[in-house]
Amino acid sequence: MLAIYRREMGSFFTSGVAYVFLAVFWLVSGIFFYNTVIAAENADTSNLFQSMFIIVLFLIPILTMKLLSEEKKNKTDQGLLTAPISLWDIVLGKYFAALTLYIIAESIIFVYAFIINYLGDVIWPSLLGNYFAMLFLGAAFIAVGLFISSLTENQMASAVVCLVVLFVIYLSENLVATFENGNFAKRLAYKAVTNMAFYSRYVEFTRGVFSLPSVLFFVSTAFVFNFLTVKGLEKRRWS
Amino acid sequence: MIEVRNLTKKYGDKVAVRNISFKVEKGEILGFLGPNGAGKSTTMNMLTGYISSTSGEVLIDGTDILEDPRKAKANIGYLPEIPPLYVDMTVEAYLSFIYDLKKCKLPRSAHIKDVCSLCKIEDVKHRIIKNLSKGYRQRVGLAQALINNPPVLILDEPTVGLDPNQIIEIRSLIKKLGKRHTVILSSHILPEIQAVCDRIIIINKGEVAADGTADEIANNITNEHKMTLRIEGPTHTADDKRLITDAIKGIQGVKYIRADMEREKGIYDYDVETDGQTDVRREINRVCSENGWNILMLQLSDLTLEDIFLKITMDEGIGSKNDKKKKAASPKIGLKVDDKGRLNAVKEGEEEEKEEAEPEKAAENEENNGGEE
Repeated sequence: MLAIYRREMGSFFTSGVAYVFLAVFWLVSGIFFYNTVIAAENADTSNLFQSMFIIVLFLIPILTMKLLSEEKKNKTDQGLLTAPISLWDIVLGKYFAALTLYIIAESIIFVYAFIINYLGDVIWPSLLGNYFAMLFLGAAFIAVGLFISSLTENQMASAVVCLVVLFVIYLSENLVATFENGNFAKRLAYKAVTNMAFYSRYVEFTRGVFSLPSVLFFVSTAFVFNFLTVKGLEKRRWS
Repeated sequence: MIEVRNLTKKYGDKVAVRNISFKVEKGEILGFLGPNGAGKSTTMNMLTGYISSTSGEVLIDGTDILEDPRKAKANIGYLPEIPPLYVDMTVEAYLSFIYDLKKCKLPRSAHIKDVCSLCKIEDVKHRIIKNLSKGYRQRVGLAQALINNPPVLILDEPTVGLDPNQIIEIRSLIKKLGKRHTVILSSHILPEIQAVCDRIIIINKGEVAADGTADEIANNITNEHKMTLRIEGPTHTADDKRLITDAIKGIQGVKYIRADMEREKGIYDYDVETDGQTDVRREINRVCSENGWNILMLQLSDLTLEDIFLKITMDEGIGSKNDKKKKAASPKIGLKVDDKGRLNAVKEGEEEEKEEAEPEKAAENEENNGGEE
């Protein structure tokens, strides 16, 4: 697992994906930071974190798009799958590499905290709670992206499908918002969607609630999708 | 070292590999020969655990590849048809990654250096793989397979895309590796297999068509032994031709003779086929000298691997053309069928054909006897 993790980290930087990801992440979050904190003269970071959901949504597909699709296209998966390692080693190696880069990106938050510190008081509990909420959200989304990447040989297809899936997850809550008092089918849809809601769970954190069930939800989503990726790879060998 | 039992792979209804079984002993170099799409790569992918088999088992050093994949895979170095190279890495970084991937315990820099010098890629060690030529990439692929000194090497068309010099280099390298490793090598280049391998398995349409050394396969496939003679008669006319043909037909052990083209003025070539049991060369020489004929050339032309390969893989096409010959040859197989061998799958039709050919054999013998008198 460590070998794959190291190679993947190296490849993020040699291929330039890491630079694009970090630059865009920091630029857009910087704009959000300026608008919601500095320009608004507000030490509260909850608005900032609420906006961050969008950045995560758009940038995770770029991070995960090539992870497995490129291996398949270049037939380098043949090298990995015939090496004396397990599929979990391969999948988790890649998963944690992407997660590490994501953590590096979102740790820009501490730079912002440093700036706020000069202008006023940092509300540490809320900031840290949000930081971890974002971490768990990313962990879940990266697993989704990795799974989608394992389904195709085409990086672009992988990125687009991942973006659409994440976007649908985000929009589905708005879609069913009026279903709460509808007929049985509508209520069922409402219940299903709100129970799997990524956005509401995430927003809950920005309001200062550190909800353990939500953390558990994100972590188990990450696990389920990594599991599906492993099973998908295994299935391909048996077909 | 490697044991394959009744290996079968189906893709839906299509059977890619059907019931293949073979064994490779330690230190053997085995050549996998077959036309494109015969199932070579599929078999190799199953041997290395890249894809699973539909049924049957693969044992690497006694370990089933599907039951304990890690242990089995640790014994294999695999060079797939397309080398699994990460083109954005330098050669050294890539080999170092493979070193980690295989959890190699040998001293890192020394081992990588050894492998590099073995594959002659020291001078490109610090270059990015993307910028290397096909030949170098192939060698990096081979180096990758050699990391951790696996006892079994499986190489899928290792010389494809190389120039003649490189092909010779890689061949001699494989021969050298064969001393320490068990090697399975696939190719559709016949001279390559013949030059490098101790043993050959010919695969056709997903089945083992023949198994053995080149000579063994040649002997099993057919007992025809052919030679070409060029004899000068006294008169330099077509009369010579008839006389010589008749005289040689009378020699014990000659099955068939046919006068070929006129090569030099009044001198003809003769294609002679023998039963493969008697060496008729001395007898021919005696007959010729008694009659005052001069033998200008005598050339044995036994089946080459190419002939064998074509015979096995192009069953229909050659069938009609060689019908006559085959019938003449069948009784010979009848004499020698006791050594059965691995050939049983080759031509099932042969059994019946043999019986059909029985009366003809008798007729032919009579004919021969007639010639003798």
